[in-house]
Parts: sequence; C-alpha cells; structure tokens
Amino acid sequence: MIETVDLHKVYPVGKRRVAALDGVDLSVEQGEVYGVVGQSGAGKSTLLRCVNLLERPTSGRVVVDGRDLTALGAAELRRARRGIGMVHQHFALLSSRTVAANIAFPLEIAGVPRRRRAARVAELLDLVGLGDKAKAYPAQLSGGQKQRVGIARALASDPAVLLSDEATSALDPDTTDSILELLADLNRELGLTILLITHEMDVIKKVCHSAAIMADGAFQEAGRVLDLIATPGSRLADALFPLPPTQAPDAVALTYPRAYDEPLVSEVTRRFDVDVNILAGAVEQVAGTSVGRLNVQIQGERREGALRFLADKGLLVQEAAR
Amino acid sequence: MIDVLTEFAERLPGMSETLYYGTLDTLYMVLWSTLFSVAFGLPIGVLLVTTDRGGLTPAPWFKALLGAVVNIGRSLPFIVLMVAVLSLTRLLTGTTLGPTAAIVPLSIGAVPFFARLVETAVREVDRGVVEAAHAMGARKTTVVGKVLLPEALPGIIAGLVMTVVALVSYSAMAGAIGGGGLGDVAIREGYQRFDDYYLWATVILLVVIVQAAQSLGDLAIRRLSRR
Repeated sequence: MIETVDLHKVYPVGKRRVAALDGVDLSVEQGEVYGVVGQSGAGKSTLLRCVNLLERPTSGRVVVDGRDLTALGAAELRRARRGIGMVHQHFALLSSRTVAANIAFPLEIAGVPRRRRAARVAELLDLVGLGDKAKAYPAQLSGGQKQRVGIARALASDPAVLLSDEATSALDPDTTDSILELLADLNRELGLTILLITHEMDVIKKVCHSAAIMADGAFQEAGRVLDLIATPGSRLADALFPLPPTQAPDAVALTYPRAYDEPLVSEVTRRFDVDVNILAGAVEQVAGTSVGRLNVQIQGERREGALRFLADKGLLVQEAAR
Repeated sequence: MIDVLTEFAERLPGMSETLYYGTLDTLYMVLWSTLFSVAFGLPIGVLLVTTDRGGLTPAPWFKALLGAVVNIGRSLPFIVLMVAVLSLTRLLTGTTLGPTAAIVPLSIGAVPFFARLVETAVREVDRGVVEAAHAMGARKTTVVGKVLLPEALPGIIAGLVMTVVALVSYSAMAGAIGGGGLGDVAIREGYQRFDDYYLWATVILLVVIVQAAQSLGDLAIRRLSRR
C-alpha cells in the first residue's frame, strides 16, 4: 500500500550536507498498522513527511496505493494527498474554526457541496465519539479530544492510508491508550492502512502489526513484529522486554514468540533432570498475541539437551544479557 | 475652575459648527486612508510572509525589495512624507489642499505601517496548521484564504486599530499644512487665535474618536479570538 524505494533525503546544514534519510526501503501492506520507532533525529519524521511529499526526497520513489507520487504534477499531487490522511503531534487544528468546521475543512478543499459536508461531519463526529462537541472550539477541548478531532479530519475524505506523526506523544498515558484504541478500531473496522511514527515502544506493542527500528536515517530492522521478536538479536525484542542483566552462571534468555498451552518449563525439568531457576521475566501483549521473555538459569548434566528441546519447541534460546 | 467650565459650555454652541465640520473632515480622511491601507497593506503584509525562504511562495529577492520599500515608508516622518509626495498628491487629486488631498500622504504613510502589523500577525500562525492544509491537498490560495488570514484575523484587527489611531494623529498633522479636519481647527482657531476652548474641544473630540476605534476593535477581537 505504501512503498518507498531507496529513499534519500539530504539537507544542507551550513556547508555540510546531512543525510536525514539514507536509503530507506519501507513496505506497508494493505490493512496493516506499521510503526516506525526511533529516537528523535533518527529521520522518522522526515520519512513520514516524504510519504505524502510534504518533503520531497532527494532521490528514491514513493508509491502509495499503486501511484508513484514522486512522478506526479502539482495538481495531481494535491488530489493524491486527499487520499492520504494525516494526524499531527500538536493536532494542527484551526483555532478560528469550530470542531465541525475543522473536520469539514478537507471536504471544502476537495470541493464537496455543503449539504454533503454536513452529513459526513456528523458521521465522523460519531465515529470518534465527539457527537456533542460539534460547536466547540479547539481551545475548549482536552488534548485527547483535540486529537480525536484531528483523526476525524484526517478521515474526512475517506483516505485509504492514514499517516500518524507522533499522534500520542503530547498526550497523557490514559489518553494515549484511548487514542491508540481508536486507531486500532479504525484499522479493524475500516480496513484503514496506518503508518505511524513514534518514539514510544509502547505504541508499537499496542497497535502495530509490523514495525521498523530507525536510527541515523536508516532501518536497523523491519518486518512483522512477531517475526522480529523471534529473530535472534532483535533490538525490538530487547526493547520490548527490558530485563535486567544477570551475572548468574548458565543463564539463558528464553523468548516465547507466541503463547503456549504446554507446561514447557516443568516438562524440561522432568525430561532432562535439570534445575530451572527463573531470574526475571516479562509477558506482553504484542499484536494481539501474548509473547514473553524469561531469563532463567538452567543447570544440570543434560543442559544442552534441555536447551535444544526448548529451541525445537519454537522458543528462541539465547545467551542472557550480562 | 467652575467659571472656566461654565464659559466653555457657553462657548460650545458658537463653536459647534466648526467642530462638527472638522470632525467630519477628520473621519473622512481617516476612513478613506484606512480603506486604502487595508487594500494595499493587507496583501503586502501577507506577501512579506509568504515570500520568505521556506514560505508558501519563496522569493527571497522579492521579499528583500518589498521589505526595503516598506522600510522607506516606515522611516519617513509623516510631516516630511506629506511634503515629499505633494506632486503625487496633485497628480492624483488635482490639489494639495483639503481633506481629499490629505488622503494621499495619509495612505502612503499608513500602508507600510499596517503591512508590517499584518506581517507580524500572519507570522504568528502555527506552521503546523499550514502544513496540515498542504497535507490535505490545499492550493496555496486556499492556504492564504482559509488558513493564514482567518487564523491571523484577531491580530490583523488589532493592527487595524493601531493603524486607525495612528491615522487620526497623522490626520491632525495633515491639518497643519492645510489638510482640514480637527487638526486644522486646533491650529487655526486654538493656536493662532489663542482660543484655548477650541484647543480643548478638539482634544476631547480626538480622544473620543481614538477611544471609539479602540473599543470597537477590542470588541471585534474578543468576539473573533478563540484561542
């Protein structure tokens, strides 16, 4: 649905040239929620803004919904942008307009007649749960409500794709959760493809099917979240399960890429006659699946066999971090 | 004190006709100049923002030129400007005397003043909102008409009030070199004929005009401001 091919963006800073994007290949499937996570300055904001060409990449192609945006003329690009909704960190609402008029704005731009606009705005207000706020002004709303207006506005012209630029970063934790839930609902119910950028691992955990970790203008790893978790040395997995390092001898980290019905640990102690001592553990709901990581000490004569058994069961067995 | 007030009250009917026409002339000059200030100052102010590097329609050399012209207008003392544009005034109005002639230098003085105030107000508009409009596929003209101007409107009205107040004061100066209006009354009747009552009456009327403009503007800003 969204594809970038070898995307580069170079900014002149004084006499030097700084690469904000250094060869990014992004591939977002239709109907998925894709999260790009990284520190500030990693280039994720530039990447997002290149997807609707708010910033023009220095080189590379941006294909959204089968159309190469980089090849479009100004008028065609404007039309294409109407099919790409965008939600902003600081909401970017017009302070001089009511909630209803803010949501109607993209429809005005698209030339939708007044009567149809009003009907569509009412629908959208209900969709984001702000049916009673139509006549309020943005200054009278809480942060979460403002972002709901932002989301309603982004959806007004029925886009196939929603871009979210740190949509929850200015919100408190509870509000963040409710906004993420709303995004997940929209993804499920409307089949909306969502590309979001964030610096919060929590956001990836809660709503994303796929993710990329970005640093210095490039992806360090990218793919389905559950696949990444099952990949040895995954930074995403390390970030999702921040277990304390251990000095204990014979310690291993066991990553469960899915929930298991079998009592694996008791089975391994019985079959291999090893002692298992749990040092630390974390279980998270990721992409709707329970996944977890345990740091355990496994000691005994048949330790190797026990580890192989666990690996054969699909667990990722790694040296625990020291 | 009482005596002075009583005498002032007794003199008023005799002064009223002169004061009435003086007030009308002042309002006439101020209103027309305000109109021209908006007609030219508003687009110039907007252009000063949009032609910025990284603005809506970047044109750095044009901005530098426009800024320089505006600065020339801003740096001339009004009394000098009035004399300097006399030939233009004659060309446009056929005379250099009277309120209509005064509109020319008043407008030329107020346009750059108002333009700078518009520029400041438009610059205050959240860049994020402008970007959001682009992301929705808005044209540049839509961004100006539906984002920049409405969002900056309270600031623009505040600038307009300042311009009107400045114009009232300029128009009094214009009176000094034959522009008519309350300034003219104050100079001719008050100063040259040593009639303090005329002076006071014009002062009171000027204060009332300025006060009215300010209150009207404040009311409009309060109604428009939704921040």
